[in-house]
Order: sequence, then structure tokens, then C-alpha cells
Amino acid sequence: MFTPKRAISTASLLLAMATGAALAETPNFGKPIDEAAIAPWDISIMPDGTGLPKGSGTPSQGAPIFAEKCAACHGDNGKGGEAIALISDRELIGINAAQKTIRNFWPYSTTVFDFIRRAMPFQMPHSLGDDEVYALTAYILAGNKLIGPNDTMDAQTLPKVKMPYRDNFIIRFPDRI
Amino acid sequence: MSKRRDMRGQALEAAAGNGLIDRRALLGRGAMIAGAMGASLGSSAAAAAEPLTEEPWSLEFGNRTTPYQVPSKFEAKVVRTLSNPKHELRNSHSRTPHHLLEGTTTPNGLHFTINHGGIPDIDPEKHQLVIHGLVKRPLEFTLETLSRYPMTSRVTFVECGGNSAPMFSPEPLQETVQALHGLASCAEWTGVKLSTLLEETGIDPRAKWLIAEGADSPHVSRSVPMKKALDDAMIALYQNGERLMPGNGYPMRLLLPGYEGNMNVKFLRRIKLVEQPAFSMYESRTYAPILPNGKAYQFYFLQEVKSFITFPSHGQTLKGPGLYEISGIAYSGTGRIEKVMISADGGQSWAQAALQEPVLSKAFTRFRLPWHWDGGPAALQSRAWDESGEVQPTRAEFIVARGELAKPPPVLGFNNQHYNSITSWGVGSNGEVKHVYA
Repeated sequence: MFTPKRAISTASLLLAMATGAALAETPNFGKPIDEAAIAPWDISIMPDGTGLPKGSGTPSQGAPIFAEKCAACHGDNGKGGEAIALISDRELIGINAAQKTIRNFWPYSTTVFDFIRRAMPFQMPHSLGDDEVYALTAYILAGNKLIGPNDTMDAQTLPKVKMPYRDNFIIRFPDRI
Repeated sequence: MSKRRDMRGQALEAAAGNGLIDRRALLGRGAMIAGAMGASLGSSAAAAAEPLTEEPWSLEFGNRTTPYQVPSKFEAKVVRTLSNPKHELRNSHSRTPHHLLEGTTTPNGLHFTINHGGIPDIDPEKHQLVIHGLVKRPLEFTLETLSRYPMTSRVTFVECGGNSAPMFSPEPLQETVQALHGLASCAEWTGVKLSTLLEETGIDPRAKWLIAEGADSPHVSRSVPMKKALDDAMIALYQNGERLMPGNGYPMRLLLPGYEGNMNVKFLRRIKLVEQPAFSMYESRTYAPILPNGKAYQFYFLQEVKSFITFPSHGQTLKGPGLYEISGIAYSGTGRIEKVMISADGGQSWAQAALQEPVLSKAFTRFRLPWHWDGGPAALQSRAWDESGEVQPTRAEFIVARGELAKPPPVLGFNNQHYNSITSWGVGSNGEVKHVYA
């Protein structure tokens, strides 16, 4: 296992440590890449809306998409089926995680958009356009009465949706952050 | 405390009630103790053994050697249990059979897995890892280029944040240690320290978190504090000496020793340095345990100190009174296991178990203790301490802080997370071992 290559990189590393030149002597096999080239993979969305794409959607636009692409697992009108309910007026009772819903637990509305876009539908991930994801997000949020039935969701409006449980979280080990 | 005598007539110290024997009694003297115990019980009165004979396998040329060997056909029951055997469109769990294993290394084929969108069939030649965001220069790595960096190996456990969740039940679920605690495993992981790669990209001082993301279809992503990234995080390429198993993240995964399994993002393809956490679905919802006061913990991260006995454990049967070795696993996300105590009387008295060396930080530690079962009822428990002073809570202490469910949950459910209290196994006078709360 002790290849010449390894010997060289180990030696240069030791040298780096010995001279204190920590940065200069890493192996440097990483290939520089522009953020523009990474963009197709960069699907991270932050609670403040950073990363949200252009486009928009309304609850009524989302309803037929939901019926076609989501209801088979999540039930008619998102009431639950093989997969969890997405629209529910259930309350948290006790410590049972099965009671968690988007409305009663999720701290940020941006997570709804993020998860639909990155993971759904399970059998055809990444098949939805951004407008469709906005429309589905709007449909789910409106069904949960977190936005009005005619509200449009886009990069500006979505992060402003106030989620009811947001202020109930306690960071477990603050010193680890 | 009563004393028993070994073959040389030396006393075997009872270390605690209901038959627990001092851990030092076993060191190099196990056979003699077994003899002494047998004699004391009169069970060595069996007839003399039959004359030895040859079996067929000793009289014929054996089986062929295969390129990749698998266990004996007689070990066919030593397998993981599956939560989604029909491969339906949902997540799939496989659980490690702790009660059928010994030592501290989980064989790769038996390492637990949870996958949310099936297991991707990744071509290692085409897999890429990019590191970007708040860095001085974004970089792309391949498996080949990563393989040229200085490697480091460390033994560490990985445990799902929902492991042991059935223990939140108000009644003890009659399930094996595999069903209760099978979402934890331990391996030697080899790869490149993340800090090495971050040295190369440079770090913008505004970066406080990174978002790690997989190449699986749900692109599972988690936010990780830079504190952890620069401490002991690794891009793992090898598992127990061979390339990662597909279910464990082939060809590369993030390894965060001691942090909940889901954060150890598999099929790792992107790391983005950011100022704030992303509040991804798994950190917002799944691994945020609800508390009895109606609040919920967020960013739990740590797998806290835990232990459980693997033998004897639920579903096993002791074949008559006599000497047994209690054996189990202890581990902690906050360091080395310092001490494991065992009780055979439901926590009334305790004896210190022997720890198998080497005892490694954030790794499975095997503990053992000799026990003379007198044939009466017993309640076996283990309790672990780690080097940072953390103590495994009793069930009573744990429930006060974290609550319990109103009704018994489905054993495969995750009705709360991050359970690390004591597990009790009740031994009946018929030798049957059952899960109890004691």
C-alpha cells in the first residue's frame, strides 16, 4: 500500500508541517470549477429564500398537479395515504412524532419547496418544473391555511410565510454550533 | 457476598447480587471457573462422551474457493431484518443482528442501512464531489483524485438518530435487540479528512455551516456546523478495508463520528459552505424530538452514551442454571467508554464489567461479565459512563426529561428520537429471556 505517490505526498505534507507552510503543500488535486458550472446541482434553499428560483404558482394551479402526481401516495387532497398527510389539522399531542405535520411542526415554509424539488415525486424525482413546485407548495400551504386560497408563491412571498411552531425549538447543544 | 471456589479452591468473588461474578475472575481462568461451577451444581454428572467418529466433510475433497467468500450456509440466519422487503416507493431500513455477533466490528454485509429513495447504482468513474459556497475557490474532486490524498483510518460507530425509538413505548415491546437497537453499527472507515480538502478550497470566515448533499434520488441533505467539519469529519472511501457498501454510501460518504447517522450523508456529491443552516426536511422535521413540555429539540447531532446487553437478550433461552458470560456493546458520541456496570437484579446492585481492549473514542466497546444464573428470576441491565463524564440515564430519569408515548408504537415506527436509556432483559425460571422495564 506504500506507493511512491503516497510517499511523495506524505513527505511533502511533513515538510509543510515542519516549515509551517500549511496551505501551500496540500496535494492540490482538486479541479477548479466556477459557481456557474455548479449551478445545475446547487439546489440548496435557505429559510431567508436564498436559492429560490424564478417562477411562481398558486394553490389552484397546484391542485390538478397534486391530483395527478402526488395523491396516489399522499391521498386525495393531501389527507394521507401510503405516504404521510401533507394537509392536516392534526395537533401535536404528547411526544409522538407521528403527529408532526407541516402545519404544526415545520419551522420554515422554504423547506416544503426544497423537499418537493429535491425528492418528489419518489418515482420521478426532478421531473417537476419550478413553477409546478411553487404551485404544489402553494397548494399545500393553502390547504393548511398558512396562506390564503388565492396567494401566489414565489421567491419573494414564500420565505415570508410564518410557520406556527417556529419559535418552539430548543437547540440541543448550542456549544456545538 | 457469597464466595464460590474454582478448581484450585480459590474463591471467586461475587461482585453484585443475583450471581454476578468479579470481572477479573475470567481473565485466563474461564475454563477453570466453568469447571468449578459445573461441579458445584452437580451438572457434570453426565455420562462419559461417546467415542469420536469421522464426519463426511472430513472424508471428501471440500468445496471450491470463491473469489468473494460468504459465510457458511449454517449461518444463514445471521442477516439483517428489512423494513421494506418488497422495495416499495418509500424508505428502507436494515437492522444489524447484534445478538448474533460478537466483538466490535460490524461485518460490512450486516452494517445497518437506511435509504430514502432506494440505493443508487453509482459509477465511481463518473461520480464527482464539489465543494463550493463560502470558499476561496470552488473545487471538484473525483474518486481517483481523492484517492491520492493522505488517508486516515478510524474505527467509529454510526447510529441512526431514531435507533432505540421503540423504547419510548410505555410497555416493553417484545422485540429482539436487533429490532430495538439494530440501527447502530461499527466499522473501520478510511478516507480523507474533510479539513484537508477545505484547506485547499480555503474557507471564507463567514462560513459557519456546510450543507452536505447526496447523489441519491432524494438528494438527502443535512446542515453540519463548520466546528464539526474542521474537527474529525472525513470523506470515507473504505469500510472495513474494502470500498463502501452501496447501501452505506458508495463510493463516498461524509463521516461525522458520534453524530446522528442521517448527517453522515451518503453518496456525497456536494458540500456548500454557508452562513446559516438550510433547515432541510430531515433536520426540520424528522430528527427534531418533541419534548413533554410541547417544545422540540433542534440540531440534536449527538448520539449520547448508550449500552445494551446482546447476550443474553430477548428471544434467547438459557439452557439451565450455571455459568454464563454476559456480553454487550457500549458506545458514546462524546468519547471513550470509561466504565460499564451490570446488574442482574434490576438495578439494586451493580458490578463493573470488563471492557475489551482497545477502547476507542466514539466506537463500539465490547463489555463482558461472568454470571452464575441460579435458575431464578433475574433482570439484566447495563449502564455506561464515558470519559467526558456523561452517564447513560436510568429509564426513570430519561422519561422525566424526555417523556414516553401514550400507547405502544409500531416497532418499525420512529415515534420519537435519540433514546439512550437502559435496556432490561428479564430471565424467567424457564430460562426464557424477555424485554422488560425494571
